[in-house]
Amino acid sequence: MVQAKDPFVSFKGVQKSYDGETLVVKNLNLDIASGEFLTMLGPSGSGKTTCLMMLAGFETATHGDIELGGSPINNIPPHKRGIGMVFQNYALFPHMTVGENLAFPLNVRKVPKAEVEEKVRSVLDMVQMNAFIDRKPAQLSGGQQQRIALARALVFSPELVLMDEPLGALDKQLREHMQYEIKHIHENLGVTVVYVTHDQSEALTMSNRIAVFDDGVIQQLADPVTLYEKPENSFVAQFIGENNQMVGTVKSVSKGIATINLDSGAEVKALAVNISGVGSRTTLSVRPERCVVLTKKSATVSRLDAKIEELIYLGDHIRCRMNVAGDDQFIMKVPNTSGQLGLEIGASLQIGWQNNDCRALDFKELV
Amino acid sequence: MVDSQTVLSGPITAADGTPLKKKLAQALFRSRVRAVSLVVPLLAFVLASFVIPIFALMWQGVYNDRFSTYTPNLSDQLSKWDGLGEPDEDLFVALVADLKKARKDRTIGRIATRVNQEYPGTRSLFTSTARKAKKLKAPFKESVIKTNKKWANIEVWRAMKITSQDLTPSFYATALDGRYTVDKGFVKQNENRQIYVKLFWRTFMISATVMALCLLLGYPVAYLLATLPLRSSNLLMIMVLLPFWTSLLVRTTAWIAILQSQGVINDLMVAMGITADDSRFSLIYNMTGTIIAMTHILLPFMILPLYSVMKTIPPSYMRAARSLGATPTMAFIKVYVPQTIPGVGAGGLLVFILAIGYYITPALVGGQDGQLISNMIAYHMQKSLNWSLAAALGGILLAGVLLLYWIYDRVIGIDNMKLG
Repeated sequence: MVQAKDPFVSFKGVQKSYDGETLVVKNLNLDIASGEFLTMLGPSGSGKTTCLMMLAGFETATHGDIELGGSPINNIPPHKRGIGMVFQNYALFPHMTVGENLAFPLNVRKVPKAEVEEKVRSVLDMVQMNAFIDRKPAQLSGGQQQRIALARALVFSPELVLMDEPLGALDKQLREHMQYEIKHIHENLGVTVVYVTHDQSEALTMSNRIAVFDDGVIQQLADPVTLYEKPENSFVAQFIGENNQMVGTVKSVSKGIATINLDSGAEVKALAVNISGVGSRTTLSVRPERCVVLTKKSATVSRLDAKIEELIYLGDHIRCRMNVAGDDQFIMKVPNTSGQLGLEIGASLQIGWQNNDCRALDFKELV
Repeated sequence: MVDSQTVLSGPITAADGTPLKKKLAQALFRSRVRAVSLVVPLLAFVLASFVIPIFALMWQGVYNDRFSTYTPNLSDQLSKWDGLGEPDEDLFVALVADLKKARKDRTIGRIATRVNQEYPGTRSLFTSTARKAKKLKAPFKESVIKTNKKWANIEVWRAMKITSQDLTPSFYATALDGRYTVDKGFVKQNENRQIYVKLFWRTFMISATVMALCLLLGYPVAYLLATLPLRSSNLLMIMVLLPFWTSLLVRTTAWIAILQSQGVINDLMVAMGITADDSRFSLIYNMTGTIIAMTHILLPFMILPLYSVMKTIPPSYMRAARSLGATPTMAFIKVYVPQTIPGVGAGGLLVFILAIGYYITPALVGGQDGQLISNMIAYHMQKSLNWSLAAALGGILLAGVLLLYWIYDRVIGIDNMKLG
């Protein structure tokens, strides 16, 4: 795992259990640098929200320390932590106007009135919502409420802002727009952001680093490119982006390249990433866009027979579902170039990949 | 632009040429008939058992024809009399004629009762004179006054003139501790006869106290109900609802057992040495008893609306407030409490309106100074049989409740109320 040099937030051996029988978070160690945009990504129930709530102070860690700016905050109540937070349902106070909502964190800090007004104005400017200062939250659309929630979490200039699936309730187009907006605000203000989501494209778009959670453990912590290009285990490979998986046994390994006997009998080569050694079981992972249709002259070592089951025309590429090595859910993305348009359902052909594009990972039974 | 366009195109028509509005009304007719037929039974029931009785009651409060029905001649003469000058012979002739007839028809009691309501102490005057009416000779003025010199008192005649008018404000005047007189219009009742205004005020104060106590006790319980995990909140809910499933009478008598001077609480106090055996607290048969018992009985009506509102407030509001820097107390006061106002309003209004018309509990545990206006209404309905006065008292109570409702609507807004 990448360790930040000067961590601003750090989880040290944190464990969390709600019922005293199972651990929701298992031995979490995570350092977050100042100014970083870190996303906790994972399926529901993976412990990511619990981690966020522990950081915000709404849940107490069963074991371990959480440090903020070098000092432990385990025993500091939420209102003294000075952490801004954006909630999933926005949690704008329905009985207050937009202006009153934004002034709330300043008023409880007893900021002088003139200064409150100025700060509210400037933060509204930032989210381009100045015309709405006297509206009630119920009179705003989802996207507008989202902006106000964001503005409220930022108005008292916290150094750390937590976001708990803030875009979950928005429609796709608005969500994408808000992703860019949040990203830009982060870049302009330089605040540290910890963002929780189960949407991998959201995570890839916005983050400096992504911590992929599953089963209470960080499966991989890396920047978006590494995470997509070089998943370290089959969960991450499966969770981030689209991915074809094949199961086989390691026959031999040389210079980091493993030769694998697939269960269907074919022999392929893959980059040895996370295998126990010769004779062990492994799950191969290859991205749909890294597979190529082979001609007789092609030089790749891995060759597999494929039969086209279904073709979906998507404009810029053709999504091709094939039966490969006994799996009829094998997906390949064929670029829409004039030469490839001869694909037909039922056609048999050969596909393959570069050695580095296929990763041999830990064994996981296919579902 | 838009206006001119609509004008030009004329009314919009459906595909077959009929105006769209007409077509729509046709299409909706069947479903409307069905909806109305579902409501009809309840509507009829409400009309028969609620709306009509209420109007009958209001009418009774201003209309009473008992006197004029049984004394046709006298009422006729009284309406001609201006009520200022001495009553003349004509009036006495009519009086004797009607008294004779009333004696024969055995309706003299009703006449006497009616006038007695207006001018207390005249009941026997009527009955005794009626007995002698047969033997009276003209000139009647002299002979009648000879039987009882009260007949010379012009006030008696004035009271009779008032009672002879069917449509009369005198019951409302009485209900407000006043009197309606022929010569001076509305006048205040004598100091020692003023009871109703004081009683209305006491009813109002006790209701307000009960409402405040219910809110004070009910708010934390509702909060617990809304925030505890399901298993414990269910248990608590049963405890809240338990009184609902117990008879009102049982609950009230249970309070008697607990609060009376030889009751549980006083025995405990004495046992613990807080009070001496001969100076036990009087917790019942007074206002304290009424307030304690009514608070207990009305508590669920406060808790349930509060609970239903609190249940809809997501915990993230409080969390948001705290993450923004508010202490738990401040978050509660500034963020949580304002959102429960609809529940507070609904529960408060419900408890107050129920309390203002409460009858059984104050009757059982109220003693002398714990009686409410409803007990007085019941007294006039059942004992004194002055239904018109009871109706007038009820009418004032109703007006008071409507006034409160109006104020509530202006201050908080009825659409803001949530009953559950």
